[in-house]
Amino acid sequence: MTGALRPADPMIPIPARVRRVRRETRDSVTLCLSAPRGFRFAPGQFDMLWLPGAGEVAISVAGQGEGTVEHTVRAVGEVTRAIAALRPGDVLGLRGPFGAGWPLEAVTGLDLLVVAGGVGLAPLRPLVLELLRRPGGARRAALLYGARTPDELLYRRELPAWERRGLGVRTTVDRRQPGWSGRVGLVTGLFEDLRLHPGDTAAFLCGPEAMMRFGVRDLLRLGLPPERIWVSLERSMKCGVGRCGHCQCGPLFVCRDGPVLRWDRVAPLLEVREA
Amino acid sequence: MAGLLHALLARGFEVVGPRRRDGVVELGPLSSAADLPAGLSSEQAPGRYRLLPRGDGAVLAHGPAAQGWRRFLQPPRERFLAASRRGRSLHVRSQAHPPPRMAFLGVRPCDLAALAALDGALLGAPADPRYAARRAGLFLVAAACVEPGGTCFCASLGTGPGARGGFDLCLTEILEGERRFLVEVGSDAGAALAQEMGLLRAPVEDRVAAARAVAGCARAQARALDLGAAALVGRSLSSPAWEAVARRCLSCGACTMVCPTCFCTTAEDELSLDRRACSRSCRWDSCFALGHSYVHGGPVRATLAARHRQWVAHKLLWQREQHGAPGCTGCGRCITWCPAGIDLTETVAALGRAEASGGGP
Repeated sequence: MTGALRPADPMIPIPARVRRVRRETRDSVTLCLSAPRGFRFAPGQFDMLWLPGAGEVAISVAGQGEGTVEHTVRAVGEVTRAIAALRPGDVLGLRGPFGAGWPLEAVTGLDLLVVAGGVGLAPLRPLVLELLRRPGGARRAALLYGARTPDELLYRRELPAWERRGLGVRTTVDRRQPGWSGRVGLVTGLFEDLRLHPGDTAAFLCGPEAMMRFGVRDLLRLGLPPERIWVSLERSMKCGVGRCGHCQCGPLFVCRDGPVLRWDRVAPLLEVREA
Repeated sequence: MAGLLHALLARGFEVVGPRRRDGVVELGPLSSAADLPAGLSSEQAPGRYRLLPRGDGAVLAHGPAAQGWRRFLQPPRERFLAASRRGRSLHVRSQAHPPPRMAFLGVRPCDLAALAALDGALLGAPADPRYAARRAGLFLVAAACVEPGGTCFCASLGTGPGARGGFDLCLTEILEGERRFLVEVGSDAGAALAQEMGLLRAPVEDRVAAARAVAGCARAQARALDLGAAALVGRSLSSPAWEAVARRCLSCGACTMVCPTCFCTTAEDELSLDRRACSRSCRWDSCFALGHSYVHGGPVRATLAARHRQWVAHKLLWQREQHGAPGCTGCGRCITWCPAGIDLTETVAALGRAEASGGGP
């Protein structure tokens, strides 16, 4: 069970063996990997997973167990398809953790909205687990989670358990499927039912960029100040340490200064049309 | 110059400096004084570079070399790890490259500024270990400019044409009267070498002549970027002027390959046919490539206007914010080597005109 030693150069991956694979949805799995020795991460950070010959990809850390680290991977491209197809016993290369995570200290004493879209719940899962570990930590938090269909909701077995332990959990889907009696509509629609105290509330958002933009827009309308809203940005990441230049967003290296960034810092950069 | 080259070679340095090759003055290993580009000047203009003979035998009056010094500190392609599979296990070894002891001979002041920019990008925590190892042993002989290249604008940015520091020795080639060099010492290592070569204290006339030549070089520059360029770019991120320049841009990335402060790289795998061995290389990359900003679903910067703006804004505005050293040094290479002749100083002027005519944000 002892993990490999970490090299001094953060560009050198450490071999990590797949211990278990848990299927989450049609196209996503959670890989439970043997963790490198001394591996510690902060919720919201990410690792670089490398499959020799296929390539390397940034995947947020979704959790940690005894000597293991978890990543939820959605098979959407060449590298993620190859990684999602791994079986227990297979080995890949791991570098990390990298980046700045969710600023838990900055939201102490505030109500916390955790807003997730699709696979965007993965980097928020360790945050939720951390809140549930803290005495009374989840009492002032609510998870608002949207996916395209009920089948695409991640961690479906865990959501009711989180709710039982005191976290407010609300889900919604874009398209109904047989057996779904829950809400249909955008995740921003869940804001309507909240009894929000904008003066004492912070929000963490992760999901498709369009979802985060509209989510933030609505939160600002409800009275949340931009400096109490954080988003996790997705950009092309090759090195993870602010050296290769790919993830730049204005002056920021999203891999190093983010991926979790305060809204007032990124808003002016995201207003510039790029596509 | 020959004496200095011999002294450096005798000290065991691998000496890199200007030499004539393929119709240009480029940078490469020098093994004797015969390699130096004596009696050449360059004619540089947007999209144009020609070597011309000159009668005075000057060695350092050829303008900026075709490329910067980055390639000797961070090679365009370098293997950094090797991995092999045995059964179901994976072994990963970092590939070490014993750093050569290099001396750079003839580094222009603009390129000294570029080294400071690369240091900022690659020596920050955590440092690129291969760059750091090469940089640590480097001996720097700067060359103040006495004649500008046709696309130079360092004087307007304050990065040249004289060198203020960051070198071991600095040469100024005096062309007035008998051709000779003034040598300025910038470090203890430089002082030791100067002493070993038996250099004499320069007469005051030579120092005056050198200063006059450098000042003349500043006056002879036809292009300029004023200090307000960064703020103008910052105000103009949504300017229609980007569309206009993008219509001429070929997205070839030549500017990023010759820019002395560009530092983007990517990592590439090479897999053996039996799929058991894999190596990984660090390769220069360009923000003009569509794949540079690719995330699943497509590139973040899908339009050429967005990619062109990314490069210009990074050079003039964001690179300084990131690393404290400016991303543009006024070397003019992006102008000379753009096949469409796009002129960075003209792009900035167009942003200014667009803002003045109310076409800005």
